[in-house]
Amino acid sequence: MNLHIEGELLRWLAIPFGIIFGWLLHRGGVTDYNVIVNQFRLKDFTVARIMLTAIFVGGLGVLVLHNLGHAQYHIKPANLLGVGLGAALFGVGMVVYGYCPGTGLAAVATGSVHALSGVIGMLAGGILYAITSPWVEAHVQKFAQLGKVRLAEVTRMPEGTWFFLIGMLLLMLVFIERDESPEQESNLMAK
Amino acid sequence: MNNQVLDENRVTAQIESRGSSVERGARRGSRTRSYRWSPYVVGTGLGVLSWVAFAVVNQPLGISTALSAASGACAALFVGWEDVLRNAYWSKHVAKWDYGTLFLVGTMLGALVSALVSKSFRIEKVPRVWAQGFGHSPAVRFVGAFIGGVLVMYGARMAGGCTSGHGISGTLQLALSSWVFFLVMFVAGTLTALLLFRKTSKPGRASL
Repeated sequence: MNLHIEGELLRWLAIPFGIIFGWLLHRGGVTDYNVIVNQFRLKDFTVARIMLTAIFVGGLGVLVLHNLGHAQYHIKPANLLGVGLGAALFGVGMVVYGYCPGTGLAAVATGSVHALSGVIGMLAGGILYAITSPWVEAHVQKFAQLGKVRLAEVTRMPEGTWFFLIGMLLLMLVFIERDESPEQESNLMAK
Repeated sequence: MNNQVLDENRVTAQIESRGSSVERGARRGSRTRSYRWSPYVVGTGLGVLSWVAFAVVNQPLGISTALSAASGACAALFVGWEDVLRNAYWSKHVAKWDYGTLFLVGTMLGALVSALVSKSFRIEKVPRVWAQGFGHSPAVRFVGAFIGGVLVMYGARMAGGCTSGHGISGTLQLALSSWVFFLVMFVAGTLTALLLFRKTSKPGRASL
């Protein structure tokens, strides 16, 4: 059975879905520079808690939907050199900027003026990638191509085991030391 | 000049309104600010939103693909659409008001509404943790954010996704590429943070 909506309506569904997404990012605290950077300083595990919960809940649901024939997988190809190099640049950039693309856009909407400077930077980065993409395609993306593979296929460990491990990791985060919360008021004092 | 005065008024108003919210937070003994929800609630919400995205829209949550297409529209302002569409990358990722682009608009709207409803909208020029490492100059912070933004987007396009497309939508499908992205990104980010903020990372000096 196919639950997919198509056509003009689908396009406009992006607005309510986006609103829920942006709302959740703000309520989660990840439109706050301090929360994201303190995750990478290993002082605040809010980002990890949100992401692992989303992966666990979302993953089990999508697995069920897929097995019932209601959802298709959309696996990005494992060009391991491109993915690895890109992820490393992304990690460095995320600490300097303090946001990823989604949280950066959301942060602008909550009044973080400096996040706007980073959005302009991201647009510039997009232009830079487009200009250099022929070279990157030829010299980076061609290497270590494993295709659109999933962990279950690569490791022969069943999906259930993977979600069990993710669940255990999540449980660890629940019991880990409480976060050193970056208080809003000290932010103002810093001015 | 007028803008500056306005800004200062807003800051004063924020100090006043914040006083009460801080007290409320302290009374509740909550570790988070008053507008924040539990990360597990937020994560569950994002997970359920993913179910809908897969089942109904047949398109996983993602940001950077649409944003890189939007960068093509920005470039078109300077060099014209003809040159932009001649580019190998942009000819495959044409900027248009499709699902992905409208999702960006929705994301900003959602964050704005949430901030307004919870009265936590505020103008922030230099975040606290940044100031600990790099001082209070807005100019320095703006340059830093710009450079960081360039790296984030370039990296996202090279990797084929960002924290949404790889970090949530890809990992939840147990995609190999996405888990590699997730781990490498986290290790690179942690090393960078420990290096950049090493002076302020010592115990006892972190809290203001």
